[in-house]
Amino acid sequence: MSRITLENLPDFIRGTAILGTGGGGDPYVGRLMLEQELTKCGGVDLIDPDDVPDDLFAISVACMGAPTVFVEKLPNAQATVTAMRRIEKELGRKFNAIIPLEAGGVNATLPLVVAAQMGLPVVDGDGMGRAFPEFQMTTFNIYGVNCSPFVMADDFENTIVLETDNALRTERYGRAVCVKMGGIAQVASYAMTGEQIRRTCVPRTVTLAVDIGKRVRELRVEGKEDICEGLAAYFATSRPPRFARVLFDGKVQDVMRGTEDGWTVGNVTISAAGDSSDEMFLTFRNEYSLAKLNGKTVAIVPDLLFILDRETGEAITTETLRYGQRVKVIGVAATEEMRTPEAVEVIGPKASNISEPFVRLEDLAWGGSS
Amino acid sequence: MHIGVDVGGTNTDAVLMDGNKVIASVKSPTTHDVGSGIVEAVGSIMKSSGCAVADIASVMIGTTQFTNAFVEGKKLVPVGVVRAALPATTGILPMTEFPSHLVAQIGRQSYLVEGGYEFDGREINKLDERAVAEAARDMRKRSIRSVVVSGVFTPINDSMENRMAEIIRNEMPDSEVTLSSEIGRIGLIERENASIMNASLTDLSRTVMTAFRDALIQLDIHCPFFVSQNDGTLMTSEFAEKYPVLTFASGPTNSMRGAAFLSGVEDSIVADIGGTTTDVGVLIGGFPRESAVSVDIGSVRTNFRMPDVLAIGLGGGSIVRQSGSDTHVGPDSVALDLLTQARVFGGKTLTATDIAVAAGYADIGDKSLVADLEPAIVEAAVNRMHDFLEATVDRVKSSKGDVPVILVGGGSVLINREIKGASEVIRPELSGVANAIGAGLAQVGGEIDRIYSYNDIGRDESIAQAKEEAVRRAVQAGASKDSAKIVSIEEMPLAYLPAGAVRIKVKAIGDLEQAENLK
Repeated sequence: MSRITLENLPDFIRGTAILGTGGGGDPYVGRLMLEQELTKCGGVDLIDPDDVPDDLFAISVACMGAPTVFVEKLPNAQATVTAMRRIEKELGRKFNAIIPLEAGGVNATLPLVVAAQMGLPVVDGDGMGRAFPEFQMTTFNIYGVNCSPFVMADDFENTIVLETDNALRTERYGRAVCVKMGGIAQVASYAMTGEQIRRTCVPRTVTLAVDIGKRVRELRVEGKEDICEGLAAYFATSRPPRFARVLFDGKVQDVMRGTEDGWTVGNVTISAAGDSSDEMFLTFRNEYSLAKLNGKTVAIVPDLLFILDRETGEAITTETLRYGQRVKVIGVAATEEMRTPEAVEVIGPKASNISEPFVRLEDLAWGGSS
Repeated sequence: MHIGVDVGGTNTDAVLMDGNKVIASVKSPTTHDVGSGIVEAVGSIMKSSGCAVADIASVMIGTTQFTNAFVEGKKLVPVGVVRAALPATTGILPMTEFPSHLVAQIGRQSYLVEGGYEFDGREINKLDERAVAEAARDMRKRSIRSVVVSGVFTPINDSMENRMAEIIRNEMPDSEVTLSSEIGRIGLIERENASIMNASLTDLSRTVMTAFRDALIQLDIHCPFFVSQNDGTLMTSEFAEKYPVLTFASGPTNSMRGAAFLSGVEDSIVADIGGTTTDVGVLIGGFPRESAVSVDIGSVRTNFRMPDVLAIGLGGGSIVRQSGSDTHVGPDSVALDLLTQARVFGGKTLTATDIAVAAGYADIGDKSLVADLEPAIVEAAVNRMHDFLEATVDRVKSSKGDVPVILVGGGSVLINREIKGASEVIRPELSGVANAIGAGLAQVGGEIDRIYSYNDIGRDESIAQAKEEAVRRAVQAGASKDSAKIVSIEEMPLAYLPAGAVRIKVKAIGDLEQAENLK
């Protein structure tokens, strides 16, 4: 059985930052919280989704709100437990596992903090396979797990229970409450059975984060192979294997940022290293969502886009992008759960305000430069 | 006239400046007691310039004493932390990240009390004044005299921390209180960490500042003196004594500002070429661009930003190697052994300095010892060094277009051709005392980092308020009203939150009031 321990924590954190695909917030606070819990309990057990028994009853936990607020009014594991208890009361059944909502950013860490406190195992999978901004953007929702009861708790352990007819409405109502709660709310939602987990989750994303972080560290220490090429090559051996390519190597030429009702929207232009006149143009909406090479689309959401420092392989977020950074852009295929027509409807280009259709990375990237 | 002093780990440098002119400068060793080194250095420039003490309007000191003391864990005192936050923030207690050798000295005594603010300025809870008083009594019992008060979102409103400090001083009249809001910037744990570092330096701060003061008295200099802080602006000696942590990143800042001053160019790139590495950074309006990454000091994260400097493995001691048809320069270096290892000094290692001599860029050591070098190799190595610097200059630039490049440091002889991307290459004289000159640039600043609601008061009004507050703080810190101007505005909307909430950081800079009056 896999575990998250103090030993693999730095790798895990590095990996969650990369899987944040440009968003998800600063992992610092999450790392400190998890470090504190792991020092006390030694480790958190992970259950492979294939091994999840039918009688498992899991709850997904997450922090809703603005990462800028999370660094002041810290995420609260105790309030998260309160939210969980409230759902247990509602459903008359106890949870015996935690499942992450997101694979990237701060919300990849919080479930482990809560699990460590409660002595519960964590399912090695999640509902997004990366970071997404909203609660309906999960494979849980896409494949029919009910988002409700959706419980939000504040630091006073006040709870608000949302029972709605669909996850999008939950997101809309919940976001408004979140502002009133001070820009941060602890959320428990998507209570689900072992059968639902096996059917809907994006598998093995906790160990994926550990492996990504580990691979980057090893490549850095070995110093033989290019870090980004080495990381892209790693995905051929991930479980499941995935198509991945370094899409571009260059220098950040221009960054445009703006805001649109709680969204950080913008784009970045990267020009090729050397004498080539190639240019890559990436669009973001909290996370990176679209990459075009010389005007031609080479990767599009829900497939994953990373912008990494070309020397260190550390993730560069939409907030830390700036002129002159030497970066490589990596495209990684989303898993099959994330690419079905039903999934693309909820987490595809349309949800990111892009009018192009979704085309698989492997069908796009072959024609581009690699 | 005024004096700039840089008290470094090895040398104490001093410069005497008349407005924008450097009248005299000196480099002398730093002493254990700090003070006698200052007396020596300042005494020497007074003597060589024939300047009368009565003509000295102010003295500015830059120092790395506090950074070094904290990193080495020397002379630190126990600290107690009172955080106004409950019921929030129980997930990470104060000093969580502090390594054991620091905890051994400063302890891990903390108290969480009800209080703190929301991002929009509402109170999370009313401040539990009784709990603050109880914490103070407990600290007194434990003989803790240095106290940090912190709280959630206190940079947006310092009144809660002020009240906490008042209660603590009431209960413990001999205590020193550090307010996290004075250290500023959003990020509770980082701000609190920096505040704890500050509080732990209470004793050392008194000793060092007394040494500074006594040194000046001994020199018969009775004008006010100032200390340079992280961003290159000044704080009064009284404030510096309370907030020594604000000097932590001042060294590299002063060096870059000094270089800019010497070259007379405010927007430029500075390349400091040393023996092993070259540090390349950007100056905007005479101030270094800040790094996006926060600084870890003694493995503890703070909310300070260092100048955004890129270090590359190119220096006078860089080892030059041939592999196949390729010529490599660095990144390894003979470093301090240059004077014995380099070919021009009779050694056996081919270094970047040897190449510079062979190429006729410099006359160092015995050039006959490199006369046998193949011209093709010299040419290849010279190309390599220039390419390396050009690539780095291009990388640190903040926009397209050519900018002036300022070369400082002993290794600057390596570069003799034009640099691609540079509108001009400037090699200022006196760059050896750039730190002291940087310290002596009499400017003071005010900064604000708060969250505003565009939904409530709109963007224009928000920015106007932030600017006004930054200027007010600059003036409060000693800037003359007329000179204070806004040097940077950053707007960062709060992502994932549809509340029209935007974090605004504004910085204002002005000339020191006194210095101006004397012009």
